[in-house]
Amino acid sequence: MIAFDYNTATPRIGVYICHCGINIAGKVKVDEVAAFAKTLPHVVKSCDYKFMCSDPGQELIQQDIRELGLNRVVVASCSPLLHEPTFRKACADAGLNPFFFQMANIREHVSWVTPDKEAGTEKAKALVAAAVERVQHNRPLEKKQVPVNANAMVVGGGIAGIHAALTLANSGKHVYLVEREPTIGGHMAMFDKTFPTLDCAACILTPKMSDVKNHPNITLWSYSEVEQVEGYAGNFKVKVKRKPRYINEESCVGCLECVDACVFKTPRFDNEFDLGLKKRKPVYMPFPQATPTVVTVDPKTCLQLSKGKCAQKCAEVCPKDCFDFTQTETYEDVDVGAIILATGFQVFDGKRIPKYGYGKYENVYSSLEVERLVNASGPTQGELVLKNGEKPKSVAIIHCVGSRDHKTNKYCSRVCCMYSLKLAHLIKERTEAEIYNFYIDMRTPGKGYEEFYDRLLEEGVHFIRGRVAEVSDWAMTPEEKGKLIIRAEDTLIGMPRRIPVDMVVLSVGLEAHKDADEVRRKFNISCSHEGWFHERHPKLAPVSTATDGIFLAGACQGPKDIPDTVAQAGAAAAEAMAMIDKGVVELEPNTAYIDEELCCGCRTCVGMCPYSAIKADEALGIAVLNEALCKGCGTCVAACPSGAAQQNMFTDQQIFEELVGVLNYV
Amino acid sequence: MSYLYYPGCSLKSTGIGYEESILQVFKTLHTPLEELDDWNCCGATAYMAVDELKAYALASRNLALAEKQCPDDPVVDVVAPCAACFLVLYKTQQYLAKKNGKDLQIKQALKDVGLPYKGKVRIRHPLDVLLNDIGLEKIKNHVKQPLKGLRVASYYGCQMLRPYATFDNPDNPQSMDQLIEAMGGEVIDWPLKTRCCGASLTGTVEEVGLRLSYILLKEAENRGADVIATACPLCQFNLECYQDRMSQLYHDKVNMPVVYFSQLMGMAFGSTQKDLGLQRLFVPLEPALAAK
Repeated sequence: MIAFDYNTATPRIGVYICHCGINIAGKVKVDEVAAFAKTLPHVVKSCDYKFMCSDPGQELIQQDIRELGLNRVVVASCSPLLHEPTFRKACADAGLNPFFFQMANIREHVSWVTPDKEAGTEKAKALVAAAVERVQHNRPLEKKQVPVNANAMVVGGGIAGIHAALTLANSGKHVYLVEREPTIGGHMAMFDKTFPTLDCAACILTPKMSDVKNHPNITLWSYSEVEQVEGYAGNFKVKVKRKPRYINEESCVGCLECVDACVFKTPRFDNEFDLGLKKRKPVYMPFPQATPTVVTVDPKTCLQLSKGKCAQKCAEVCPKDCFDFTQTETYEDVDVGAIILATGFQVFDGKRIPKYGYGKYENVYSSLEVERLVNASGPTQGELVLKNGEKPKSVAIIHCVGSRDHKTNKYCSRVCCMYSLKLAHLIKERTEAEIYNFYIDMRTPGKGYEEFYDRLLEEGVHFIRGRVAEVSDWAMTPEEKGKLIIRAEDTLIGMPRRIPVDMVVLSVGLEAHKDADEVRRKFNISCSHEGWFHERHPKLAPVSTATDGIFLAGACQGPKDIPDTVAQAGAAAAEAMAMIDKGVVELEPNTAYIDEELCCGCRTCVGMCPYSAIKADEALGIAVLNEALCKGCGTCVAACPSGAAQQNMFTDQQIFEELVGVLNYV
Repeated sequence: MSYLYYPGCSLKSTGIGYEESILQVFKTLHTPLEELDDWNCCGATAYMAVDELKAYALASRNLALAEKQCPDDPVVDVVAPCAACFLVLYKTQQYLAKKNGKDLQIKQALKDVGLPYKGKVRIRHPLDVLLNDIGLEKIKNHVKQPLKGLRVASYYGCQMLRPYATFDNPDNPQSMDQLIEAMGGEVIDWPLKTRCCGASLTGTVEEVGLRLSYILLKEAENRGADVIATACPLCQFNLECYQDRMSQLYHDKVNMPVVYFSQLMGMAFGSTQKDLGLQRLFVPLEPALAAK
């Protein structure tokens, strides 16, 4: 390490202006900025270079540190989120404390958002001047290393969460799998077949579900939700709320005698798993292969729980004495090193597009409802019938409902073309109905997907290219009477068409859960305006998030089919393992500190600190900060009336000097 | 709160029953409409296609006049009952609010003739004012003769909510339905609420225009409607005035009263036929009422 007294040594600053190809150079005169930087005090070297992040770019900095004796480095390039670690490491490798490096963002903050090259150049100069001022007041800091907890948590028990949990558990990590519903399995458990191979969803999913239940390294908390997350990568403290089932989960074996005995003789409440197409009793198991194989009592419909009065036949017949109507919410606190979010998606509500008649005409179904109808264990044992019990003779499948639509969701939901083909096949197989697919574009990229589309064309399914204008019961001829009339433009023949059908299936798109924003706040990650969780980098860090130690898998990050979901879940598990197996994490040294000379002992900061990291020392009459607990939020720094509370990397002096740099220039 | 009223050409001619009934209804509700002084043609939809800038300038003069008439109001609400006037004026108001350079040109032109425009005008449809400013509760209090048993097909037409859905759902509008139900009438369920009536095609490519109107009238009849309620003078004209010709053309007797929603409201409020312009109908409403 280069040793010098930073309090007295004259700063020797190197400034490097990156072109980033034409990303920056297209809107900033980089040579002019470099020439300008040379005129700033203490700047020993200033130049521009095509790609500073490349090996030769980094080498340039290191060579200058060695040969010119630089003791401060400024790179003006992209966002620090992208390459600050790169340049810090380059400095450290050349023997300079990495915190003597300062970055000026002239790409995201200048070239990408400034149309005028003159203005861009001026702004870039101001930002470089600011960084040059600031870097002179940077201090050498050391990163702290802390050990990593070897346990992991997976949130969400769909196929993504199941696969990630099993992968981690198989590698010897202990996994806490938290699922909000009474059973794991997610959306995949609702499907009959999966595209393009048409293998039975249950046959490939349920063995994995039972592996989860039986795995010695997995603790499964179903009917539970994450309540609170504290800590940081490697050392998260998670509080999980376990909702009361009113059943002793350990002793229940799922014999269902209680369900038979329930005072409600016939099921009359909507079974959520069957989207209300099938009814259940207040005590129920969502479906026969539910995991864990235990019943749940719904407090809203159970007479004992809602009215406080019932003969409790269920409890009476239970051979294992599992019922406990006094159960309340309980909480589990666990420490984990890594968290994988696999919270999935919800489907678009067809009612939001009134012109398609969902909720108005009884034979208009959502695609997820049809998944249940064609499922052998579904409400009709796999028979696809109309509300009057007859088989449909003609079915319309409307693609892109709630996708590729500027009024609802602009994005393509990616899975609908393929699942529409699958449903078309299954419906045709079971009813021999004429099937009309109304599509905007057929999107079938994927292994075996285009071939599946070909197969459907061979099977005689009709494809009409055009967005449907409306579904109505407006019959213009006697033949149309009693049918649902589809009106659409057939863009291939350039004519409007009316097609009467018996049943309409809306291929609804995928959406982020309605509480996605609440969830992402809990885990301190960001999401797109549609609610999809943001990956750290769309290409190079697709399963990481901006918060270290939190990873993403499956459709919570964006619409995805099962093969992609499983691949991503495996990747997330691998990344989590890599972090855990490294054994330690490095923490940014951005903690606060109290200048004892300045502290007047007013205790303002003590009450403000959200992490209880500051205590008042009665004997000394000053505040004392515990660095291990400090998260670097800066609250105390802002609150301190005497300026005694300061934060590493963000001292008042550093921020003021940065301002001075800008103001001197402008 | 007072409202300025922009009649446009139709409400002074073919659609005079709309004017009479709208003014009567608002009078009953103690919310008088004051006519805009010296108003001029809105340009309708045709002028926009000929010369956009001049079309905007023409319509803008009305907005500037409205500000001049109410100099002290922070917001000037102009009620435009005709669907085409409403659309054009609303579009113009939006256009002037957008800083695109052209707005300055138009504003300068207005200033040169002594009509500076600051941008205080809001263009409102009477359905919007009735539902959202006055409110169903207050309206219900004025109902004296409920439209009991009258089955109404509420017909919104194409322009009122498209492309600017300012106060109702453009796919499945409800505002007129709510008013009619508040009057004690029964609204039929029909999917043609916003389907084209033929508009100006009736005057240019008659067979296409008539066919479109005929579809609407027939479907309303099939679904058991006694009367169609409209909120657009062109829709009312197309649907009502050509029924004889349709009967001939399609060998099918067409006989469906077509009225303005405001005429139905006035009837429920107990206003006279004459006050509401009902005597002007070509297809009288009496037989339908007599059967109730």
